[in-house]
Amino acid sequence: MSTTLSSAVAATGTTATTLFEKLWRDHEVGLLPGGDSLIYIDRVFLHERTGSIALQSLESAGHSVRDPARVFCTMDHIVDTFPGRGDKTLMPSGTDFIVATRQAARASGVQLFDVNHVDQGIAHVISPEQGIALPGLTLVCPDSHTCSLGALGALAWGIGSSEAEHALATNTLRVRKPKTMRVTVTGTLAAGVTAKDLILYLISTHGADGGSGYAVEFAGSAIEALGLEARLTLCNMAVEFSAFTGLIAPDAVTQAYFEGRDHAPRGDDWKLAAEYWQTLRSDDGAQFDREIIIDASLIEPMVTWGTSPEHAVAITGRVPLMDSLAPAKAESAQKALEYQAIPAGQVMAELPIDAAFIGSCTNSRISDLRIAAEVLRGKKVAAGVSAVVVPGSRRVKRQAEAEGLDKIFIESGFEWRDSGCSMCFYAGGETFGPGKRVISSTNRNFEGRQGPGTRTHLASPATVAASAIAGFIRAAEAPASKAVESTQGEVIVEEGAA
Amino acid sequence: MKAFTCHTGVAAPLLRRNIDTDAIIPSREMKRVSKLGLGEGLFAGWRYTIPGGREANPEFILNQPGYANTSILLSRENFGCGSSREHAVWALVEFGIRAIVAESFGAIFHTNCIRNGVLPVVLPAAAIAWLADFVQADPQRHRLTVDLEHMRVRCEGVVTEEFDFSLDAGAREMLLKGLDPIAQTLLENEAIARFEQARAKEHPWAFRLNGTAVE
Repeated sequence: MSTTLSSAVAATGTTATTLFEKLWRDHEVGLLPGGDSLIYIDRVFLHERTGSIALQSLESAGHSVRDPARVFCTMDHIVDTFPGRGDKTLMPSGTDFIVATRQAARASGVQLFDVNHVDQGIAHVISPEQGIALPGLTLVCPDSHTCSLGALGALAWGIGSSEAEHALATNTLRVRKPKTMRVTVTGTLAAGVTAKDLILYLISTHGADGGSGYAVEFAGSAIEALGLEARLTLCNMAVEFSAFTGLIAPDAVTQAYFEGRDHAPRGDDWKLAAEYWQTLRSDDGAQFDREIIIDASLIEPMVTWGTSPEHAVAITGRVPLMDSLAPAKAESAQKALEYQAIPAGQVMAELPIDAAFIGSCTNSRISDLRIAAEVLRGKKVAAGVSAVVVPGSRRVKRQAEAEGLDKIFIESGFEWRDSGCSMCFYAGGETFGPGKRVISSTNRNFEGRQGPGTRTHLASPATVAASAIAGFIRAAEAPASKAVESTQGEVIVEEGAA
Repeated sequence: MKAFTCHTGVAAPLLRRNIDTDAIIPSREMKRVSKLGLGEGLFAGWRYTIPGGREANPEFILNQPGYANTSILLSRENFGCGSSREHAVWALVEFGIRAIVAESFGAIFHTNCIRNGVLPVVLPAAAIAWLADFVQADPQRHRLTVDLEHMRVRCEGVVTEEFDFSLDAGAREMLLKGLDPIAQTLLENEAIARFEQARAKEHPWAFRLNGTAVE
């Protein structure tokens, strides 16, 4: 018997509402006495780093998974990405996590994308790819980059293990409603400037905590022009802006992406869903708690110099001088420069690199691989540079191989790996080593993130490819034609392709 | 969950911005499929002289005698940003940290704290700077009291200075009583089922995977 829940405040119908408020309203079971909302959760995604702990802890507390058919689990964090892999990984106890997660997933009846499942991959790559994440749904995962899926017009956010247990046991979460922010990007991004550059620009200009307390909607002509995969990249790093989540209103691009996906609605369901998705947009005159407007034409290809995603500048620029920063920021920046072993005022394009990495939930989709391969075609990675590319999913890998992208990568000197999170971080024990300077398409440049002592510079896949060839941090030449860009966001997965 | 009402202890100022959960517990320190055995890995990258080693780095504040038995941390903006790993809070709890006073917190980390009986206190920069100065003068005697009942940070010892803070009522109640949120929410099962039925009627597609209805 419900004793404490009160009804959510009914929408007035006349007030202009934001996309976030619509998604919230449609999932709000009720209001809890302390002011949190009880939010209905449509899908839960787990992975082997935390999945088994959540499932086991749930069981030992005497609870069960309320609806296992809407829970999915993948092996992405710790799993090895070397070809021919099994349960063994470079991380000494890694196998324990894989085995425990497999057992827990089977025991609780959730769908598992096991180590060598044909559709295994990174959670935030495979959930849209298979239509598990859809516009208008709520999805949570004990992984901070779950905010990627806001790009679909879904309400998706990262949670901890305890919250995962709560979502598994009750199909709800107790959440305090965040404030709303709109980031409007006007005009057009210049050729060669990608969603990755845009998000690094936003974080560098407004701080790694600039989105703290807000659900951030991205809007404007430059956002509408992005393919769906580029939108996933943008929302992926909303958490690096400290936002509760990122969001983009679903449109024709979104709808086209989902038609025919494995778990996407079909027939009458499709019509019903598509009709609903068209309503998922901020009404004219909807009020946001904060608005930021960015002129897209000001943005150049970006790269990070320090140990926070906010430590980013245009590749044509320099590391800021410490006296140009506020005292609190200068102190952190100084520590970052010590770790990165570069001086203030360093010209970014004069910085030599030891390694290049393309992969992660930020930039490992087919459009990312196409852009990088286009830069690499017919060229060689500079002598002494180690280069690795890891597709985000086995579907992406198959698609890339069907297009011959693997050959371009291999001929240029990149290692072509199997799918997983890989060198986005050190969970699976993969690293370029201490002191190595890495240009990376990933999302975090924290101290030790890619292994103890490894120095990370975040950039777009195009920049990673161009830097790998140059041996220095370098922007790719802007594509001569729109051919590369026009393929952004189009993922055509050939079912049954080897 | 361990209840939190009022706690007095040694506070250590870790005055950096954007201290991420990778720094709080590096991935290589998450060795066992467990919530336990993490305290030793807390701040491992800063606390020990070499990665994976256990030789204390004397430069790191928590290794200094003045900060023995630290149970409160002072920090700047965005403490606990980055990865959602709850291991960061489990490591803090095992080390003995009961409260963290910072200018702001990573959102997932903030929730993780509350779910594990750790009190996240948000205070403005000036208050934290004042507290850090106070503590640094004599950390073992200049202890702080974090009082959740009265939502106030007090300074013990030579001066009495107080800083009020706020916390969402739901989170406060959860912490004060040490409630289990899952058990609390399961009391609402009827309301959840009613909501679910209405949702399935309006959005049946949301409940079908591979074209099959989810029972």
